[in-house]
Amino acid sequence: MVAQNIFFGILSAIVVVSALRMVTTRNIVHAALYLVAVLAGLGALYVLLTAEFVATTQVLVYIGAVMVLFLFGIMLTKAPLGNVMEMTGKQWPIAAVVAALLGGVTIYSLINHFGSDRLVTDGPIYRTADVSDEVFSTYIVPFEAISVLLLAALIGAIVLARKD
Amino acid sequence: MLLNQFLILGAVLFTVGVYGVLARRNGVMVLMSIELMLNAVNINLVVFGVQHGVVSGQVFALFVIAVAAAEVGVGLAIVLLLYRNRTSIDVEDFDLMRG
Repeated sequence: MVAQNIFFGILSAIVVVSALRMVTTRNIVHAALYLVAVLAGLGALYVLLTAEFVATTQVLVYIGAVMVLFLFGIMLTKAPLGNVMEMTGKQWPIAAVVAALLGGVTIYSLINHFGSDRLVTDGPIYRTADVSDEVFSTYIVPFEAISVLLLAALIGAIVLARKD
Repeated sequence: MLLNQFLILGAVLFTVGVYGVLARRNGVMVLMSIELMLNAVNINLVVFGVQHGVVSGQVFALFVIAVAAAEVGVGLAIVLLLYRNRTSIDVEDFDLMRG
């Protein structure tokens, strides 16, 4: 229990610091690499929560595929790699106030509602086989819908991005 | 472990994502901040799945990951198209519909 709390502290510190650096750094490639740190930390937190298949998918899809897409996007749009372009707009103080208000209200209501509820740690552990059983029985219709959505997004991206 | 420590981590991540969407000027950076917000949702889904002892939380998190992958594909195609037409991905340049 203590070890889990220590690992939660380390991982959440990595995640939060990387997220803050991601939205404040002036170099867009550094921002992409900080996003990798955030996603990897979250993947480790999923392992801590015994969600092994979600952690695997996080690494495969996010750190593998989505990050490559982002890096291609950065390269193809010739984003200035140094400090050439001002990355943060003039309205950033308003954005910070909005974000602080949103975060304050959310965290206040979470503390108010869940207080010191303990996480259930002796519940059932769902392995990959259990997740796939659920996906292919209860959630088979949404799963097929997601497949069609991905196909539509693929075709849409090709249609949008091709030159003619 | 408390339930709240995961929920507050998710809330903080979502807040940072909102700040990124509102404050950043680069179109690709805005998409990255949206990914941050979607990940905050995922951690809430997984932790509530654990709390209630059901597998649905993990299944929904997987669905969110799939939708996020589709979103990033179409979003980057749109950013690419904007760059090709306007030679800029600065979101403050796109004010054609300003009243």
